[in-house]
Parts: sequence; structure tokens; C-alpha cells
Amino acid sequence: MERDKNFVLGVFEDEDVLLEAVAKVRGSGVKIHEVYSPFPVHGLDEELGYKRSKLPIAAFLFGMLGTCLALTMQFYMMKIDWPMIIGGKDHAGLPNFIPVTFELTVLLAAFGMVGVFMITSNLKPWAQPRIFDLRITDDKHVMAIDLATNAAVGEAQIGDILKSCGASEVNKKSFE
Amino acid sequence: MAHVSNYNLDQKFDFTASTKKALFIGLGIGAVLLILGILVAIFGGGDHGHAEEAGGHAFHWYQRLYANLWINNVYFTGIAVIGVFFFAIQYAAQAGWSAGILRVMLSLGNWLPIAAVLMIVTFFIANHDLFHWTHSYLFDKDDLEHYDKIIDGKGSFFYWPMEKGTFPIFYIVRMFAFFGIWIFFFNKLKNLSFAEDNLTGSHNWSAIRKWSAIFLILFGITSSISAWDWVMSIDTHWFSTMFGWYVFASWFVAGLSVITLITVFLKEKGYLEMVNENHIHDLGKFVFAFSIFWTYIWFSQFLLIYYANIPEESVYFVERLSSDVYSPFIFVNLALNFVLPFLVLMTRDAKRHSIFLKVVCSLIILGHWFDFFLMVQPGTLGHNGGFGLMEVGMLLVFASAFGFVALKSLAKNKLVAKNHPMLEESYHHHI
Repeated sequence: MERDKNFVLGVFEDEDVLLEAVAKVRGSGVKIHEVYSPFPVHGLDEELGYKRSKLPIAAFLFGMLGTCLALTMQFYMMKIDWPMIIGGKDHAGLPNFIPVTFELTVLLAAFGMVGVFMITSNLKPWAQPRIFDLRITDDKHVMAIDLATNAAVGEAQIGDILKSCGASEVNKKSFE
Repeated sequence: MAHVSNYNLDQKFDFTASTKKALFIGLGIGAVLLILGILVAIFGGGDHGHAEEAGGHAFHWYQRLYANLWINNVYFTGIAVIGVFFFAIQYAAQAGWSAGILRVMLSLGNWLPIAAVLMIVTFFIANHDLFHWTHSYLFDKDDLEHYDKIIDGKGSFFYWPMEKGTFPIFYIVRMFAFFGIWIFFFNKLKNLSFAEDNLTGSHNWSAIRKWSAIFLILFGITSSISAWDWVMSIDTHWFSTMFGWYVFASWFVAGLSVITLITVFLKEKGYLEMVNENHIHDLGKFVFAFSIFWTYIWFSQFLLIYYANIPEESVYFVERLSSDVYSPFIFVNLALNFVLPFLVLMTRDAKRHSIFLKVVCSLIILGHWFDFFLMVQPGTLGHNGGFGLMEVGMLLVFASAFGFVALKSLAKNKLVAKNHPMLEESYHHHI
């Protein structure tokens, strides 16, 4: 069976039930593809066993890039390219450069973080999002389980596990 | 699901003999170093024979003792009042996360009455040695050699309604008023909070919220003016419109560090079970954020003065940066109070593990002592100042005494505000 095509969906009404269900489903050896919810559920990422995002590292690196860029730019402009005396200060007086350096650091850190987030989350403008169930934008939590990665367990048994964990419906969804 | 009621909420801090012993050892070492420092200052050339100082006085060893008393008085008064301030902030903001550690914040305020006595006594003993403006000849227009037009112009701020150069009644009334207001509100908030332990419902929570809001308004005014009075008036000719904020920022970071350290200490002793790494994380975020806030204020004050380069403003930094005694400490100050917390506390893990916080908060407390050292000593002692045995000793004495007072008050009452309406919310706090 091909991966990422055929899914069993468990629909949950309540986030507390969902949280316990995630632990139970994972405990029974079934791998969860993803859980969709209409609002952020506290503790869900821990239950799903997600590692912490590496986004802060990207932000730090982009911030450092901004600092270096700003200092290089200002030293080049004020000391090398066109030295000017402003307020009787040294051409390359470091305190003068701090505000611009700070601003560029923040700007690049923010832009870099947004850019990296968009790329890693596949949020490009032409991306076609896959909707597992329209109600995840309203009032239902949906746990998606990929049938191909759980072939050893089997569709019927996954459905039974979901029901026993408190899923109000168990549906099947296939994508082309 | 676990609930906060599963924990022992009637717990009291047991101020054990070993903890007391550790504090007394700190106090003893401090006292010994202080006495050694005084002896060195008396016999070891504290009096350089520079007969003519700025005010026409020879330098005496006790001036350095007074300056040290003043630095620590101002610093620890600030930490104490920040405990009350941060407590009031929690109520004014209706914060739920902090409900488990409210009593830790409150414990700092117990230093305030002691601080008031120390501050007032020190001022009456040491006024001429600390504050140039207390000399009456500055205001005597006939004394052409000593008359100071700038200080005369500012004289009313100290002496009104008396004649300038006599008794600084306005200044002293303000000093009493600041301590009076702070101690009154501290007692009010403390009594309401402890009375809540025997009540149910949210009546006392609402009452504390009301008193907190009034306190915060008054604190906004008093913290700024006390900074001008107690610190900025040392450099009488100089002024900075950011000074109140600057001193407040320094107090706030130091106070937050002390609150964090006491919370971590209590947790390691097995108290405050419902306080977990999420609450520690929030305290770490506060320390991190307000270290950057302090740096922002410090740099803003510096940059404007540096860029405008008006002599009457830049004298403050010239006095410090071109001095062999003080210039290294400017960089120590920035390293300890900005670079260290910024780089170490940046990651999430560092804020959630108490070992990082213990190191960083201790160094921040030392760093902000250096900040006050740099505010007070250049204007009072000039080149006769410095960081020596007396400074280390006095800081140790004050820190140990402060720790003793705070922990003793924690041992007296329940450690957790057990009927706080948001205790359950605090327990489930998750970030």
C-alpha cells in the first residue's frame, strides 16, 4: 500500500478525551500521522512525542547575521567609503552604531524566523492543503492514522482502538 | 487529573539550624572583612595626604564606610520594595501563574522597616560626607569662593520651606514619606494576604487588588523621586531625566533575581511542591527580559549624553570612564548585567533548570550591586574609592542579614496562599 494516501480518522469531541486517546493509541503500537484541532491543545505536542522546534536556532542565527551585516555596513559607510564627522565623534564610534545594529538584528531575526517557518511548514502560496475533515475548523478534533505505516495492525483493529479510546466517529479518508 | 489540593498547603518553612548557621557564617565573614577593610583604610594609607578635596576636606576612612553603608542601604531597600511591587503587580494584572510563590515576594518586604532605620540614621550621621549639597556655604552669596549658583538653584528641592543651607526638611520629610508609604502598603497587603488563609471566596483577593492598584501608582512616583533624592543628588550638578527609571530597572532585576533564588532554594529543600519548572521558567523569563530592559535604559541614558556631549551632562560619564578606579567596573557592570544573562538565559532549557538560574541570578545580584557602587562612589569618594575588603564585607553583611530576615518571615506563616482563588490555575500553568 502506498504511504500518505489512505487514512483512518478518529473524530473526538473533547480535548481531554483526545489527550488520553493519543497516549493510549501510541501505547498500543499504532503510529499517529497527525492530530488536527480547531484550537491549540496544551500538552498535545508532548503526548504526540514531538521534539522541540528548532526555530529558535534559526532565529538566533538570523539575528547574528543581522548584527554582522549592520556593523559591516556602518563601518564601511562611515569609516571607509565616506567618512563624516558627526557631533565631533570618531568615524567609527561604536555607540553610534548600536541603535541601527539593534534594529537590523531584530528585523533579520523576525524575517528569518517567519521565512524558515513558512518553508518548513510547507506554507508556500501555491500549496494545496489537504483537508481531512472540514469540521476540524469548527468543533471537532481529528486524529489521522496512516494505513500504510500501520499495515501490521490493520484497519479494523485501528478502528476498534479508536472507538475504545472515546472517538465519536471513525471514518476513512483517501487522497489521490 | 492531579489537583492542587493533593498537596500539603499548610506547609511552613522550617528555618533549620544549618541554614541559620550558613547565614551567620556569611555574616561573620562579612564582618571580619569589613573590620579588616576599616583597619586597612585607617593604617594602610586611606588618608593619602591629599589635603584638599573638592569640598576642601581631607579624606577620612569613615567616608568610605558611609559610602558603603549608603550603597547597600539603597540597594537592599530597593530589593525589599520590589518584593512588594512585584506582589502588587500580580494582583493588578490578575495573574494566576504566580499564586504559589506570592509569599516569597512578600517576604522581601520585611526588610523595609530595618532599611528605614538604617537609611535615616546613616543620613543624619553621614550627610556632609555623602551629599555635597548639605554644606551651607554653597548657598552663601557673600562667600565668593564657595558659593555655587547651580546648587543654589536646586536648593529648594532639599530645603523648602526652610532657608537654603540650614536643615533639609523637605528632603527628610520625603525620606520618611517614602518609607511610610511603602511600609504601610506592605503591611496592608501582607495582613490581607495572611487573613485570606482563614477565609473562602474572593473578598480578600479583590481587596488586595484595590490596595495593589493604589500602591502601584504611588510606587511609580516614589521610586522615581527616591532615586533622585538618594542617588542622583550625590552628583548635585548633574541630572538625568532617565535616572528614576534607571534605578528602578536596577532594583527590579535584582529583586526578581532574589525572588527566583529564594523560590529555587525552597524547592530544593522540598517546599512549594506545586511550583514546577513552568513557574521557574516564567521567573527566568522575567529576569532575562528585565536584564535587557535595564541595559536598554542604561544605554539610552549613555547614548544621549554621549551624542549630545553637553559638558554639564557628560561629566557623569567622564568621571567614571576616565578614572583608573572606576572604568573597569563599567565593563564588569555591563558584562554581568547584560552579556551574561542575555547569552546564558536565552535558551528555554536554561530557564527551566535551576542550576543555570542559581548561577546567573547570584551574579546578577552582584552585578547590580556594582551598578549602585558606580552610582554612589565616584561622587562621594572620587579617586579614594574602589572595590576592596570593605565593599565585599559590607555586601556580605547586608546580604546575609537580608536573607535572614526574609527566611525568618517565611518560617512564621504558611508558605502558600492556600485560599488564593487562582491557586488551581497556577498549578496547571503550562508553557
